[in-house]
Amino acid sequence: MAKAASTTRRRKAKVDPELTKKYFRDMLLIRRFEEKAGQIYGMGLIGGFCHLYIGQEAVVVGMQSTINDDDAVITSYRDHGHMLACDMDPKGVMAELTGREGGYSKGKGGSMHMFSKEKNFYGGHGIVGACVPLGTGLAFSQKYQDNGQVTLCYMGDGTVNQGQVYESFNMAELWDLPVVYVIENNEYAMGTSVKRASSQPELYRRGESFNVPGEQVDGMDVFAVAEAGRKAVEWARSGKGPYILEMKTYRYRGHSMSDPAKYRSKEEVNKKRAESDPIERVREKLLNEKIYTEEELKEIDREVKSIVAEAVEFAQESPEPHPDELMTDITA
Amino acid sequence: MPTEILMPALSPTMTEGKLARWLVKEGDEVASGDVLAEIETDKATMEVEAVDEGVIGKILIDGDTDNVAVNTPIALLLEEGEDASAVDNYSGGEAAAPAAEAEAEAEAEAEESPASGGSNAVMPVAANAKGYDASQEIPAGTEMKSTSVREALRDAMAEEMRGDERVFIMGEEVAEYQGAYKVTQGLLDEFGPRRVIDTPITEHGFAGVGVGAAFHGLRPIVEFMTFNFAMQAIDQIVNSAAKTRYMSGGQMASPMVFRGPNGAASRVGAQHSQCFAAWYGHVPGLIVVAPHTAADAKGLLKSAIRDDNPVIFLENEILYGHSFDVPVMDDFTIPLGKAKVARSGDDVTIVSFGMGMTYALGAAEKLAEDGISAEVIDLRTIRPLDMDTVLASVRKTNRCVTVEEGWPQHGVGAELSAQIMEKAFDYLDAPVIRVAGKDVPMPYAANLEKLALPSVQEVVEASKLVTYRK
Repeated sequence: MAKAASTTRRRKAKVDPELTKKYFRDMLLIRRFEEKAGQIYGMGLIGGFCHLYIGQEAVVVGMQSTINDDDAVITSYRDHGHMLACDMDPKGVMAELTGREGGYSKGKGGSMHMFSKEKNFYGGHGIVGACVPLGTGLAFSQKYQDNGQVTLCYMGDGTVNQGQVYESFNMAELWDLPVVYVIENNEYAMGTSVKRASSQPELYRRGESFNVPGEQVDGMDVFAVAEAGRKAVEWARSGKGPYILEMKTYRYRGHSMSDPAKYRSKEEVNKKRAESDPIERVREKLLNEKIYTEEELKEIDREVKSIVAEAVEFAQESPEPHPDELMTDITA
Repeated sequence: MPTEILMPALSPTMTEGKLARWLVKEGDEVASGDVLAEIETDKATMEVEAVDEGVIGKILIDGDTDNVAVNTPIALLLEEGEDASAVDNYSGGEAAAPAAEAEAEAEAEAEESPASGGSNAVMPVAANAKGYDASQEIPAGTEMKSTSVREALRDAMAEEMRGDERVFIMGEEVAEYQGAYKVTQGLLDEFGPRRVIDTPITEHGFAGVGVGAAFHGLRPIVEFMTFNFAMQAIDQIVNSAAKTRYMSGGQMASPMVFRGPNGAASRVGAQHSQCFAAWYGHVPGLIVVAPHTAADAKGLLKSAIRDDNPVIFLENEILYGHSFDVPVMDDFTIPLGKAKVARSGDDVTIVSFGMGMTYALGAAEKLAEDGISAEVIDLRTIRPLDMDTVLASVRKTNRCVTVEEGWPQHGVGAELSAQIMEKAFDYLDAPVIRVAGKDVPMPYAANLEKLALPSVQEVVEASKLVTYRK
């Protein structure tokens, strides 16, 4: 029996002041962290590839608010935001970006390869598509252990054209695995728009052949994300199997730091920023509902900035890994 | 103090670029994310965005300036509460490390001695390395039972599954069909469908599912119907399973076994006959095992399941039906990474593994008839390679022939030959000769397939060549 896909409508939900404050702060932390990462990349402190999450903050912050600490999270290479939302230490993340001993992978992983067993964050994977079977495997283990946990498996719109995604959808539904697949559709897979790459651009429907239900969500609205997320997580946790959420979102920056983003117009980017910035939306709500004053919002901004500044300081002061680290952690 | 806006690098290799034009002017208020300027390199035009909010206090470098070094301050930003006079006190450029200085630092660093293991500059002669003595693996007087390799593998899995709830097996036809080659016969009956799992035909997918389950604390055994099909999954095996321990700084790993038949069977053609020992043997982070006998198959598979690393366990379809003595012991294991002297001799060392051992041992018999005493070494593990045992033998015989069914170029024999040359050059009385599968896709015709594979005769001939008995 095919489960019908549907689109979540935005509806007026009651505003939970504490949750709203948390959304704002968590999204702002990611925004400021990423801006700083971009800046110090420009100073040559970060090497290689660096994919920023700016613009997409509502997706991970909304989704993470729907799971428990012992649930598992995995994503692809645009992963800094996910790590911060998993409550990983910004210092350790930034120090990994600068390739230092104090980084989560002791400087051996880099931007795309970070993990935290403690926070149940399973990477950080640089091969597009690979995190989907891996995340399905996390859910396999959760079901095998019958521990009531779920996995959030994030991927981009580029990922959904990889074959292993469908191999995973098939097994996850076949075995009723507790996994929510979160497709972060930011409209561009590097420079290729969804329209140019996908014969079925409604990505939430990509599970139809496997009977995996899917839903499209306004990924720029943290409340809509959280509402859809709660339903999907509940679905997976109750033993009904996988669920697909397509988050319509947008990245403001290029694919990576060295991408001039000539495949889209400046007007397009500016319009998105002006009309649907996820952080501005919550800022307005906080003011309109009189949860925070302007001054309190500024105070949060200062607090977040100082966390990021400390992270940068740590990431610069932490030494490079000792040369002996070259040949460790290869095998047990 | 005003904040410096620095000339950014757009890539790790960029050292300078053109500041093409300013999109703001002194006195403009900017917020983070606003585009301040455009810069050009030979590759692209990029925008410089504001990171902090404030007022542009002073533009230090005008638009249309070429060759602006990365990290040069290009403007000053006044933060909230600062007035324009702050720029007057600016003395300039302290924060930026001048390019020349940074380069000098990099050069100085490059001169530091590399870490242990990173250098091959020292002549690595290992004159004292002792070979491994496999004879103590089975205590004297142990009862032995004739067992096929197929049964030995099954027994190993069943024993480990009884002892460790985290161990499960997944693959195509492993459960209800009882295994495409009957290696998993009886496991479904004993352990049930939760732990013996039939997968769809989806190698890339279920290999990744296995790795994810291993990340999360289980001990998967992933069976490939043959390793030829594992090429569909090789990204998950190499990029996810092998590299994660390193990439995570030791935090996360995939303790698991990928197993199945490898190499040629009989007349199954080019796509079902490839040996992958050298492929996986190339990859740091993997353990690669290729047993010949039933006892080794059992003892090594038990060790592989318990090992904390991803283990590639290469079996052979023809050997499944061969029977050997297996010790009757409660818990018989063989250490990974140790070769075995399968037959002692003095005149020539023949090194092989897996199915190749049938040619090696057959040749040793023939050579004995001609008065040539061959020592046959069964590698058993391809990675890590037990060079101590090989070198100890080569130092005795001063000659070496390698035997494998895989292709010669960059093969296991090529690696053995290189290491023997590096580490025992002065002990060699003849070049090392490789006997390998021929450099062609495997043909189907019976006569051509026979020609494509190594033979006892080729090993005999090679051994006679290196002993100058021809």
